Amino acid sequence: MDQAARQEMPQVTPRRVWAFHGGLHLPDHKRESTGRPVRPAELPARLWLPLQQHIGEPAQPVVSVGDTVRKGQLLARPKGAISAGIHAPTSGTVVAIGPHAIPHPSGLRADCIELASDGRDAWAELPEPWPDFEARDPVELRERVRWAGIVGLGGAAFPSSVKLSPKADLPVHTLVLNGAECEPYITCDDMLMREHADRVIEGARILRHVVGARAVLVGIEDNKPEAIGAMQQAIAASGDARIAVVVVPTKYPSGGERQLIRVLTGAEVPSNGIPAQIGIVCQNVATAAAVADAVVRGRPLISRIVTLTGEGIAQPCNLEVLIGTPARDLIAQAGGYTPRVAKLILGGPMMGFALPHDDVPITKAANCLLAPSRAESPTPPAPLPCIRCGRCAEACPVELLPQQMYWWARAKDLDKTQDYNLFDCIECGCCAHVCPSHIPLVQYYRYAKTEAWAKEQEKRKAEQARQRHEMRVARLERLESERKAKLRKKKEELETPPADAPAEDPKKAAIQAALERAAAKKAALAAQGVAPRNTGELTPAQQRQVEAADARRQATAPAARDDED
Amino acid sequence: MLVAIGIFTLLAALFGLLLGYSARRFHVEGDPIAEQIDHLLPQSQCGQCGYAGCRPYAEAIAAGEVEINKCAPGGEAVMLALADLLGRDPVPLDAAIAGEKPKLVAVIDEVRCIGCTLCLQACPVDAILGAAKHMHTVIASECTGCELCLPPCPVECIAMLPLPQTQRTWKWPYPDTARPAIATQQEAA
Repeated sequence: MDQAARQEMPQVTPRRVWAFHGGLHLPDHKRESTGRPVRPAELPARLWLPLQQHIGEPAQPVVSVGDTVRKGQLLARPKGAISAGIHAPTSGTVVAIGPHAIPHPSGLRADCIELASDGRDAWAELPEPWPDFEARDPVELRERVRWAGIVGLGGAAFPSSVKLSPKADLPVHTLVLNGAECEPYITCDDMLMREHADRVIEGARILRHVVGARAVLVGIEDNKPEAIGAMQQAIAASGDARIAVVVVPTKYPSGGERQLIRVLTGAEVPSNGIPAQIGIVCQNVATAAAVADAVVRGRPLISRIVTLTGEGIAQPCNLEVLIGTPARDLIAQAGGYTPRVAKLILGGPMMGFALPHDDVPITKAANCLLAPSRAESPTPPAPLPCIRCGRCAEACPVELLPQQMYWWARAKDLDKTQDYNLFDCIECGCCAHVCPSHIPLVQYYRYAKTEAWAKEQEKRKAEQARQRHEMRVARLERLESERKAKLRKKKEELETPPADAPAEDPKKAAIQAALERAAAKKAALAAQGVAPRNTGELTPAQQRQVEAADARRQATAPAARDDED
Repeated sequence: MLVAIGIFTLLAALFGLLLGYSARRFHVEGDPIAEQIDHLLPQSQCGQCGYAGCRPYAEAIAAGEVEINKCAPGGEAVMLALADLLGRDPVPLDAAIAGEKPKLVAVIDEVRCIGCTLCLQACPVDAILGAAKHMHTVIASECTGCELCLPPCPVECIAMLPLPQTQRTWKWPYPDTARPAIATQQEAA
């Protein structure tokens, strides 16, 4: 099969392709933005770099406000396994780290690093370039990809290093490079392949080495002949026989990971599974180019190509944009809005979402700014009841049952939607596009998906709370029993009197003993006829005093006196 | 006739022994139904059901002592799940707990806290950190929002705040059937 790739260009490789179920043939609107070569966007004065531009944990800032940074310097490091770092797209000063508008369907604000560029665009010290990547250990190369903060540039923004980490039990035989770019209007991958095919091929060879694949298949839709030609030329120039361009028929959504794998290899990725389970890893062509930059040139991911198109933009074009550049600046550089502009969409017309305003930064995942006119993107009419025509099921490229999922999502029965494999839905919008009742089907699926995730999250939190509560109860019980044991011990000590100890107070006993001794002595003396000497030979005056005292004593304690006498 | 009686008596004795043996051999500790109910409850341990935590309430439901509509943080969803599990008819939520509340988290006003440790003792999930005469603070990720720390606080320095919505907790709204598309919804917003 690899010989086929070495045929003379620009002849198309005769290679069998498979078809996937459903899909749509849409007017592609690609010509508008491919007329001019890609040009670098102007250096923006301010850049906003969201800490979360990828799937997974947000990045952790390693700079503080006031720091001077240089181009390519790490600003935020990845936190956890599934995360990606962020680098300074240009040199300048960190002005703030705090909430700013981000390109997200919620329209929420999120933490961003705000960078004021100094205009010098001075590079930081970069790691050593590795043109000899084939001699390097894949682990080293993967670490470099992680350092560079590379995420899937096709739109999902999943950290690439994670996807490149092999599972011991899942050997990879084929690397699929996704250059299908099936969504209308978007042309950034097309332009990249036309102008930088050598970088893409270089990246493909690195990726192949990292995952240990034998073959590389580059899938490109047949509406991009220039890109196909350029890629074949670059393959021939590299002399690599194990890379083949496969031309696939233009049909939306052939650029979906599972759909492209199906078209190129005929294999089906299992439901709820990943392509690695069938020995395939799929990467976008722009991701491959970014990997080549990181490995061969030692540069982190700080820019990407963004398509600006639609009837609402004066000069549709592709720009090489620094991550963090505000969309507003780019639109100004594309000649600004035309009077026909109806809205601004980030991404394509099928899977993109409307931005509430253009004061949002470009992120790693932002491939297209589409400003359609009212005619291009009409407001859908109010939905009508489902007539059960089944066209959605015919259009679904994943072979799901959109109608069933719709009923259950509408009824808010999340378990049932999952019985119909809701989470295999790629939200391509084919079902909603063909629906004669204009039901916003994808909206229902998105609602059900996020709702189900939230439920799952709540369940996990409840389990955590339950464990903590149980631990607390156990701890309190243990403390209580310890306290009781202590008390019991003390009580026992008090209850058992020591054998030799006097029952009464020793002081009292001593007094008693002394009194007894004195009484005995007195009695003994009286028996011998010895009286106290101080009562004989008294003067009459003294005698009177004694009598008076005796009378007083008798008056106060007569009984005691009687006893004594 | 006698043979038949003999056979059946023998069989009865045999099965009786078998049942007796398996009852001992495969004995299940605790009440599995209470366990299942407990797993459906939100575990905030708030006691609004009148029991000292989720587990006691689960046991009371399992024993049939109490209705399934007393869980305030769980709301209707939990009531329906319980009805489903137990095969009972759904009942309207108890009037005392009706009205769903947003998710809350306790926050201690650090200026007013006197370090009395009373809230520490009240927290059912040990989500408050502190020591006597030292400032206390709530571990937000562990707080279940049960509000049990509010009454013991002598200086009323604990406030229940709604959880802020972030990119990660945001959910797609239920489609507005009158205004369907995403784009149009946001235009209106």
